[in-house]
This record gives sequence, C-alpha cells and structure tokens, in this order.
Amino acid sequence: MSGAANNPDSRRVAIADVELDVIERGQGAPLLYLHGGAGIAGDHAFIDLLAQHRRVIAPSHPGFGTSSLPDWLDTVEDIAHIHLALLDRLGVATVDLVGMSLGGWIAADMASKNPERFPRVALIGPIGVKTGPSDKLDIPDIFAMPEAAVEKLRFHDPEKQKADINQMTDEQLIVMTRNNETLALLTWEPFMHDPKLKHRLHRVTAPVLLLRGVSDGIVSADYLARYARLFPNVSIKTIAEAGHAAQIEQPQATAKAILEFLQ
Amino acid sequence: MKAWHFSENAYPYLPPAEEYESIRVNLPNHHYDPAKGAALYDRFLDEWCIAEDEGLDIMLNEHHQTATCVDPAAPIVLGALARLTKKARLLILGNPVANRRQPVRIAEEMALLDILSKGRLECGFVRGVPFEVLPANSNPVRMNERQWEAMDLIVKAWTRHDGPFSHEGRFFHHRNVNIWPRPWQQPHPPVWVSSTSPGGARRVGEHGYVQATFLTGYQNTGAVFDSYRAGWRAAGRGNDVPINRLAYAALVYTADNESDARAGAEKLLWYMTGNKVPAHYRNPPGYLPPAVQAKMLRSTAADPLGGNRGGPLTVEKVIETGLMFAGTPDQVYAQFRKFYEHVGGFGHLLIMGQAGFLEHDETVRGIRSFARHVYPRLQQEFGDLTISGNGR
Repeated sequence: MSGAANNPDSRRVAIADVELDVIERGQGAPLLYLHGGAGIAGDHAFIDLLAQHRRVIAPSHPGFGTSSLPDWLDTVEDIAHIHLALLDRLGVATVDLVGMSLGGWIAADMASKNPERFPRVALIGPIGVKTGPSDKLDIPDIFAMPEAAVEKLRFHDPEKQKADINQMTDEQLIVMTRNNETLALLTWEPFMHDPKLKHRLHRVTAPVLLLRGVSDGIVSADYLARYARLFPNVSIKTIAEAGHAAQIEQPQATAKAILEFLQ
Repeated sequence: MKAWHFSENAYPYLPPAEEYESIRVNLPNHHYDPAKGAALYDRFLDEWCIAEDEGLDIMLNEHHQTATCVDPAAPIVLGALARLTKKARLLILGNPVANRRQPVRIAEEMALLDILSKGRLECGFVRGVPFEVLPANSNPVRMNERQWEAMDLIVKAWTRHDGPFSHEGRFFHHRNVNIWPRPWQQPHPPVWVSSTSPGGARRVGEHGYVQATFLTGYQNTGAVFDSYRAGWRAAGRGNDVPINRLAYAALVYTADNESDARAGAEKLLWYMTGNKVPAHYRNPPGYLPPAVQAKMLRSTAADPLGGNRGGPLTVEKVIETGLMFAGTPDQVYAQFRKFYEHVGGFGHLLIMGQAGFLEHDETVRGIRSFARHVYPRLQQEFGDLTISGNGR
C-alpha cells in the first residue's frame, strides 16, 4: 500500500518502529491536526481550509490510513507518545493542537503530558474520559449496532454522507476496514476512554475550545459539558447542521470557529 | 476412528424468530425458564451417558449469552460428566482462551477435570466465534495472538512440576505459577484446537495438536486439512499424518428407515436455521483481516441478496455440501465415506446429534442407530493410525 496514492502531499516519517503517513499543507504558524476514528480520508476539505492560514501537520495515526501498527501498540497514550516524538522530529517546539473525536482524545492526552508545548487546544467531539455513572455508557456502543445506526450518530444528514462502496478502490476499502479495526483495538476496553485521563487534564491550562455538531449522537451535549469541567480554561461552541463528524459535514463553519479561536 | 456425541444444549422454547433481533448476545433471558432449562440439562446429561453406553465418546462446548448453547461454563458440566461416566473420553472443545483473562485458571480447571475423570480429558482450545466478543467484552483484535500465548502458558503450567515459574508475556502476567492438582495424564491431556482457516490449521499442525474443523463442508475442509499436514511436515514431524490428528464436526442423524431419518434430519437443521444473528454481531472489527473484510463488503455491496440466493436451507442441500450425514446406516456410511475421501481422511467424527426440537427418544434413536450400525464399519475400515492425505 502506498500512502502517496491517497494523499499526494503525504510523506513517510519513521518514529521509533512506527512508519507514519504525514500530510503537510500550507504556510504560517504550525497546527497539528489529529483525525478521528474514521481516518483522515474524509477530512481533506477541512484541512485545506485550515491550511489557507496555517502550516497544517496531519499524521495518520499508527494503524490508520497506511501508517504502520507495531505489535506492542494498543492504547491512545502510546499514540500520544509517537506524535510528541513526531513534533520533535519536525523541529516544532510549540504548536496549536486540533483533534477530532479519537484525535481529540489523543490531543487531550498529549496536552496533559506536555502542556507548555500547546498554546491553544481545539477539540471537535472529543472522547476519552468517563464521567457518567458506571451503569450507563457515556459513548454509545458503536460496536454493537448496525452500520446504518452508527452513521445516524455520526451525521446530521446521513443520507447525504453515505459512503458508496462501489465508488471506492480496493485500497480505500482496506484502509476503511483497517481504520475500524485499529479503532476497536484502542477503544474496546475501557470503552472509549482512559480512566486516568480525567485526573490529568488539570495540567492543561492553555485556552481550550470544545466544539460539537448539534446533532452529534456519539458525543452528547451533556458529555461535552462534563468534559469541559476538567479543563481550567475552556469554552464550548456548537456547530449547526452537523453531527459527530462536524469537520466533514460543515468544514467551513468548523474551520472558521477554530481559526477564530486560534487567532 | 472415534465418534463423539456432541450436544450444544440448546434452549429451543423461544418466541417466533420475527419477534427478536438475534438469538445471541441480546436476547433477554426472561425467555429462559429455569425449570425447563434444568429439565433439559437432565435430559442432555442422560443422552451423553447413553452415548457412552453405546461406545461413543463425549464432546461438549461453550458459548455465552445465547439460546443456541446454554453452556456458559463447560468445565462445570464436564465435571458432572466426569462423575456420571466411567469410560468415555471427555472432550471439551473448547475453552475460549482468547476470551478468558486467566489462562492459569484454565490450566487448573482442566487439570482438575483430568483428575476427576482419572485421565479421560481431551482438552480443546478455541479462539471463539465472533458473537462471543461482546459477551466476554473481549477485544476482537489480536485474538489469535492471545490464544497462542494462553495455550503455551497452559501447557507449561501442566508440565512444570518443580515449583513456581513466572510468565511475563505480551498479554498475560503471572509471577507464581504452580498449579495443584497437576493433570492425571502425562505429560498432559491431549490438546485439540479448532480452526476453520488454512492459516490457523498450519500452526496447529506445527504443534502436532488435534485439528478440529466445524461445518466447513466439501468446499473448505480439504484446504484446512492440507494446511495442517503442511505445518506438521514443516515442523519435522515426518511425512505421515495419522488420521487421529484430524477431526470434523457435522450434523449426523441415522435411523433404521428413511422416513425416520428424514424427520430427525429436518429437526437437526435447527442448528443452522435457528441461528438468527445480525451482521454487526457476526463480523466485529478485527475478527477477520482487513483484506478479507474489504472483500466481504465489496461482494455485499455488489449483490446484497447474495447470501440468500441459494434459497432456504434443506436437508438435501446440507448433505450435498458436506455439512450433514443423514439417512439409513448404509446411506450415512456412504455419505461419510465420500466426504472422508474428498478431504483426505480424518480420524474423529464430531457428531452434532441433537438440536432444537429433536426430542429425547429421537436423539437416542439417532445415537443408537449410528453406534450400532455405522460406527463399527468406520472403526474397522479407518484405524486410528491410517495415514491421512496420502499423496496430498
């Protein structure tokens, strides 16, 4: 598989024993964008909008896209360490951090480890903490429902966003299934969270923006409000006519909200 | 040749299938009547004892959160059988090692069963079917790796006798392994592994364990056995693989006359027709390699009705595809022999001999008819050390 086939401006970067596909696009102050569990393929329009104003660095996480997945790697925290090392490799000392869903979890973990490195942090529909009661899932069990039901949670208008498998190449189809496999590897248990993360986020004193599509069925408004309480300096914004994947359904509005926050 | 009576201990008293989404995972257990369930257990245990009286060996398995197999703790039922029986070999096929957190506990349970049965245990290990990952909350990714690490640790726990040893592996950690009791059989009970894919079977062959495959039919069984033999030879176990290393599970129903045989076979079909499970339980992410998953998605998208194109399952169809042997003793013998030759030979027939609404007397008739009129011919013709896959 070749990453270059999917993303003309991607390159391979070796971090320890992981081969990462990294997109770099645009000029200006650096911005690290961390994609969600569905991979980076649907995010190009959004990345382009950010890249009109910033130098966007967007890796595919280990096990996503065509980035490799070593046998030892099985947690979000492992990925946070890889991406911190990626920033070292690229010589990026400080960088604004934007993460979507699973990428929001990775971003929150990175910020808790090296808070001085991230002047501003924007998270779109982030997962990664468990704040609700033990007898109720904070995040719906996407691994125990039909695909169509998951799509309803992900999108405000699922009909419009429906993926047409017949239009996909074999390579894209394999990437899609592999992304889902890595998502399961990382989030199966504890489900969609790291029990330790919520006790570490107090270190993130930078301004944090939490964004959520108004129809997000995966990250509820209540979940996001409880997530927000874990950061000392936080604001929340809602994106209209968007579900969980706001950066796909409303790339303009989502990019605008983030760029305004980062100014 | 050995034949094993196998019953999944199904609970068939369910509402019409249209009224529930799945017979597995999320079917509410208010549908389970404890009194009826207890009566079923009395019956199934009796049937295993009758199978022993008829000279068959005994097999059982384990599933979770399902009416198709109400045996979520097979070692417990096997413990009862160890005391109820005297001579039958007792095969558990198997322990879902990829879904259990403590391999050393499995080693203990199996050693205890071997002691209770005075050396009659045959110990199987399975990865577990896809529907099992949700009941076990077990990550569907890297199950094979977990399975093999656990199996190796269990065998080590059975065979080390000089005090504690430690294991710090990729998935399991134990600092003081020193099981009591140790197994009756030396160096350890025979190990079986189920695998329905050629890749998995090769590794089983390398270890020389007994390879079992379930309902893989004419189409897929030969490739599984070929891989086993390739692994066996590659590991330096010699060119000849005896048939007692290979097992096949099929639906089997034998009766003296065709109409009784047909009636029994129709009821056995419940095994397949009753298994209503939606796609998201059948195919969790990571259970199959991405390339295989992608291929399945592609074919489903191209032909959404592909799976149902063949029309409803019939007795004829499952006999034709090698999933069932059913009929009079002569017919069952002929079907078996044809299949045996097609796949290169195997030494264990795992008889799925009870399902759904197959009543006690019908089940017993099937057991007796097979044991008395088919089994002796198979034993005479296919000795345990016959070479499998001659020329393959």
